[in-house]
Amino acid sequence: MERIPILKFGTFLLVTIQVDMHDKLALTLQDDLTNRISKERARGVLIDISALDVVDSFIGRMIANISGMARVLDAETVVVGMRPSVAITLVELGLPLEGVHTALNVEKGMALLQKRLEARA
Amino acid sequence: MKQGAPGSRIPALLKSLEKDLLADWVKEQLAATSQRPDLLKESELRDQSRAFLAALQAAAQRGALDDVSGADWSAVRELLNDVSRQRARAGFSPGETAMFVLSLKQPFFARLRSELKSDPDALADETWRATVLLDKLGLYTMEAFQQSREEVIGRQQKELLELSTPVVELWEDILALPLVGTLDSERTQVVMESLLQKIVESSASIAIIDITGVPTVDTLVAQHLLKTVAATRLMGADCIISGIRPQIAQTIVHLGVNLGEVTTKASLADAFKVALQRTGASVVRNSAAPARAD
Repeated sequence: MERIPILKFGTFLLVTIQVDMHDKLALTLQDDLTNRISKERARGVLIDISALDVVDSFIGRMIANISGMARVLDAETVVVGMRPSVAITLVELGLPLEGVHTALNVEKGMALLQKRLEARA
Repeated sequence: MKQGAPGSRIPALLKSLEKDLLADWVKEQLAATSQRPDLLKESELRDQSRAFLAALQAAAQRGALDDVSGADWSAVRELLNDVSRQRARAGFSPGETAMFVLSLKQPFFARLRSELKSDPDALADETWRATVLLDKLGLYTMEAFQQSREEVIGRQQKELLELSTPVVELWEDILALPLVGTLDSERTQVVMESLLQKIVESSASIAIIDITGVPTVDTLVAQHLLKTVAATRLMGADCIISGIRPQIAQTIVHLGVNLGEVTTKASLADAFKVALQRTGASVVRNSAAPARAD
């Protein structure tokens, strides 16, 4: 079965979405990621969606949900690499993803996670 | 020879009279006031007239005289398209362009009259048919002329849109988008796209939208601005809105627009200062610098 790989990177988890996101895949990712966060005691999650060029309201809500779940499990989520077209679509859909942290690329996302965790500690 | 429109002698007449008609017509056009020797050379006019008459003659042999939208008339239509487009570009007025076809009437009617002298009924019928045909072709010329003008207008509109939304890099990591003029949905779309694209290209972390040049802010414009800010945030960059004039600040509050957590500054300079602070840079006045003369 198709799965989105979740990589461990210190206390962070790195998720790179490189295939077309369909609803089932998104649900699997939600399951896998929450399991991994609690198993690895991860403090931060970085979701790279730079390869994603089509979103719908379901996927948009999914991203918001994952971030919310991670927060409950005491991990910060940063979404990085969103394409302009995706950003415009989400805004037009009325899903500005309040409460989800964003960064331009993985590098900046990593820095942001580090900074937020330091601020919390 | 009774092809084309049944009973009409126009196709046959056009064929036998083509040469004489061309000579009359060109003479007519050259004498007319609607002819512009400054915009179109005589040889070109002669070529166009010859090509049009040949196409008209060929189409009249095959197609119906009362329907110029059929496949038989495609060559004629194409020719008229070219002629009117060329004239629209050269600066002819619509009337002068239409006269190209309409000026054929007089020489054509004169020929008809001399050919059908013995049969007044036929003359009246054929004149009517010829009028209808040439009017239709004249109208077609007008439409083509109008269309090419509209293409020009559309292109200029697009250029204006692109011209009016420059995204400038103020500092490393800091972009500025000075907006001038009224914001409507279409323009906001272009603004949003060019800003987001520039953010990707330069990986800037702060964008300053300066609305000093926006004359009025209503709820729609405010909504457009908020959308742009939200999209920028989703990309992972911060947005500051600057250049809010006192009057606009009043309007925003009176309208009940909630700018939420968007950072707003009165001037671009203030916004730039905040942006520098956030990116960890600072501008320091060098005390050793010589005092300015003023």
